[in-house]
Amino acid sequence: MSQVAKQSEQPLRMDPVSSRQPQPSLREIGNVELRGLHAYYGSNHAVRGVSLGFDSGAVTAIIGPSGCGKSTMVRCINRMHEEILGARAEGEVLLDGIDLYDSRIDVVAVRRSVGMVFQKPNPFPTMSVFDNVTSGLRLTGASRGEMDDRGREALVGAGLWEEVKDRLKGPGTGLSGGQQQRLCIARALAVDPEVLLMDEPCSALDPVATLKIEELIGELKERVTIVIVTHNMQQAARVADTTAFMLNGELVEVGATDKLFTNPDDDRTEQYVTGKFG
Amino acid sequence: MEAGALSTPVLRARRNLTDRIGDPLLRGLSGLAAAVAVVLLVAIAYEVVHIAWPAISKFGLGFLTTNDWNPVTERFGAAPFIYGTVVTSAIALLFAAPLSIAISIYLTELAPSRLRRPVATLVDMLAAIPSVILGLWGILVLGPFMHDTIEPALKSAFGFLPIFSGDPSAFGYLTAALILTIMTTPIITSVTREVFETVPGELKEGSYALGSTRWEMVRQVVLPYSRAGIVGAVILGLGRAIGEAIAVAQVIGGASLINASLFHTGSTMAAQIAAQFQGAPGALQQPSLAYLGLILLVFEVIVNVVARLIVQRGGLEDTDVTPTEAGAL
Amino acid sequence: MSAGESHALMLDRGNLKRRNRVNRLVEVFSSIAALLAVAVLVIVVSSVVTKGIGAVSLHFLTTPMGLFGDTSGGISNAIVGTAIIVGIAAAMAIPVGLLVAIYTTEFAPPRIGHAIRFALDLLNGVPTIITGIFVYGLIVESQKHQSGFAGSVALAIIMLPIVARTAQEVLTLVPGTLKEAAHALGIARWRTTVRVTLPTAAGGLLTGALLAVARVAGETAPLILVCSIFGQGVLTEPSQALASIPVFIFQSSESPSPEAHTQAWAAALILIAFVLVLNVVARAFYARSRQRMEG
Repeated sequence: MSQVAKQSEQPLRMDPVSSRQPQPSLREIGNVELRGLHAYYGSNHAVRGVSLGFDSGAVTAIIGPSGCGKSTMVRCINRMHEEILGARAEGEVLLDGIDLYDSRIDVVAVRRSVGMVFQKPNPFPTMSVFDNVTSGLRLTGASRGEMDDRGREALVGAGLWEEVKDRLKGPGTGLSGGQQQRLCIARALAVDPEVLLMDEPCSALDPVATLKIEELIGELKERVTIVIVTHNMQQAARVADTTAFMLNGELVEVGATDKLFTNPDDDRTEQYVTGKFG
Repeated sequence: MEAGALSTPVLRARRNLTDRIGDPLLRGLSGLAAAVAVVLLVAIAYEVVHIAWPAISKFGLGFLTTNDWNPVTERFGAAPFIYGTVVTSAIALLFAAPLSIAISIYLTELAPSRLRRPVATLVDMLAAIPSVILGLWGILVLGPFMHDTIEPALKSAFGFLPIFSGDPSAFGYLTAALILTIMTTPIITSVTREVFETVPGELKEGSYALGSTRWEMVRQVVLPYSRAGIVGAVILGLGRAIGEAIAVAQVIGGASLINASLFHTGSTMAAQIAAQFQGAPGALQQPSLAYLGLILLVFEVIVNVVARLIVQRGGLEDTDVTPTEAGAL
Repeated sequence: MSAGESHALMLDRGNLKRRNRVNRLVEVFSSIAALLAVAVLVIVVSSVVTKGIGAVSLHFLTTPMGLFGDTSGGISNAIVGTAIIVGIAAAMAIPVGLLVAIYTTEFAPPRIGHAIRFALDLLNGVPTIITGIFVYGLIVESQKHQSGFAGSVALAIIMLPIVARTAQEVLTLVPGTLKEAAHALGIARWRTTVRVTLPTAAGGLLTGALLAVARVAGETAPLILVCSIFGQGVLTEPSQALASIPVFIFQSSESPSPEAHTQAWAAALILIAFVLVLNVVARAFYARSRQRMEG
């Protein structure tokens, strides 16, 4: 399976494969690789030939002006993109060398391996805190005991256990915004994914709640590969090991976060990170 | 990619059996239900034509213009009932349309905010009263009032007009039209009110800023903006009025001849079916009633299609075209 | 003050007076129109209450109708009959209507969804008396006799578009983010529908169902054609023709006897109370559900 990493057919300005070679993987699984990914909404070409790798055990931030295709690109990784009417994707998305768009692979299995957290917290309003966390498990027939263990584990993992352990039976929508978002993270973690996609997870939160989520991201990267879309460059600088900059559906540059923000290779990246546009 | 590549356990996972069955099952069941709804429409039209067939083949299109309904000679025609339907519905809308617009203006522009919801709810409640109860009220309360007060007054003021000539009567076109006014006003109101509520506040403010009075603002902004919705709403009210059978049958008096005076008894297509279909004697009476039903159905389909076209062209596709129920929310 | 009177603000420029008068006139007319609508409701309901309340008694509610022309009986058979006819109709129409709504909001491509919506609107526009003719031809003619079941089928056809259209409205209100969250967790579509979408919309769905029941509980026209000649006593077998409250009111209202009219008012009081209470309850559920969905 390892040879797939060498055959990037569309060499970019910066070869994503070589960029991640020096970093030793903390885990064996959870490496994502995009190859020549194109995504469309009807005739709108939103992602134009992106090739990019996401390393296991690391946090990768995607930055870029709004409408640059960063959310769309991320939604292709768990195949949520295709839920939108008229939307389609071309190219390859490999998880540990396996193409997620292979016809033999069930889209449901993809989403269990690649979890997602959305912009606005969206706990299920009819379910309690605990039922929310275990909803992904329950609906695939896990046993009661297993759900109790994994649910608790996920809440602990999301740093929420201490705050909600006394109101597990209360409604999920009764929590504060930041707690709701961590509940959604716990919900995604409970099915034990290898990759966690976060689409501007803090855009609806206040600074204190944002800080908590950012701390959580630092802890979680040991467990899952994290890809975070953000419009907030400070946030990318704080949480990401690697940062990728997108513009008009294309990947402009990817590299170690420090380097990308202080000494980017591309003029457009420099203009963006110094606030000249976007 | 070779099969071996799928060996990663998580990705090899398939949905469990219930999920593999569940998705196509729900899709299939719900698709079937949707098909039933569509098939019902066709089946209704077919069955009505089927029952009406002896009358259709006997009378042909001449049925539409024959001013006679005689079970003894077995000569049947739809003219008196088409006339009754058109006259009662037209009068009803003549009252109901301006009233509904006025109520909607009151509810969206004039009423103090704490009165808006309760008054709107009460107007909606009027639509919830079963028609048989309105008919009962029409027979025992409205009818005598028409006979004793309204019709004599109209007669003395406008008696020179043929429509207000003849003796006052508790039952007849005018009483039926008023009952239909009561039935259609809340239906039209619930749609027009909803349309008025979608008028952007900036437009209203723009008009006020030019020094418009409230009515001038309504005339300048609200009414033009809502025109398609209003017309659609009125046409839907029309659909309801021409299809109403029971309340009209109770108060229109059941005569099967055209009469110029609005005080006079008459009948409508729907009311005639309600009054005579059950146990109709002879080989041709029931088919003739079904023929009336077919004409009514054609009226109704035209009304609905026209209403939808108008509402769509006005860019108000989201406006509900089933106002009684969804609009009542 | 003398300076003020010559100020531009104080001058009647153009036709302001007339414009204000017209405005006032329209405002008064609008208010009267609203008052009139409320007044008609009050008059009709109070007529029913004042004329009917005297005849409503335990005897009236628990005794079946007398023979034709005998007004000493009650309406127990009509209450039971209406409950059975409407109950069976609801049992048929509510699940089917809900499924139609699920198909259009969850599965159907937009064009087909549009077409089905249009078909439902047309079905909703079919006069109920025509529905009566349809069921007469479909069931009564082939069985050679009227039946409560035929009445149920007619009422179910009337309920179907109401249930389906309100359910559609409510299901489209369920935030897409919830379905998205469920899909992102790898939850199958049907489970998402059953466990997430439907529970979230439950209040609104119940509202639609209750309004549909309220609407057909007073429906008379089709029952006259397919279920209006019934036997004596309290019947419960849907294969026979069953008495019903609306048909009782209709038949009594056509009678010349004042006693029959009093009975009609009393039955109308029972029916109107049921229908209006159902409407109020339905609205309450809807308000609560809407609150929940909009957070």
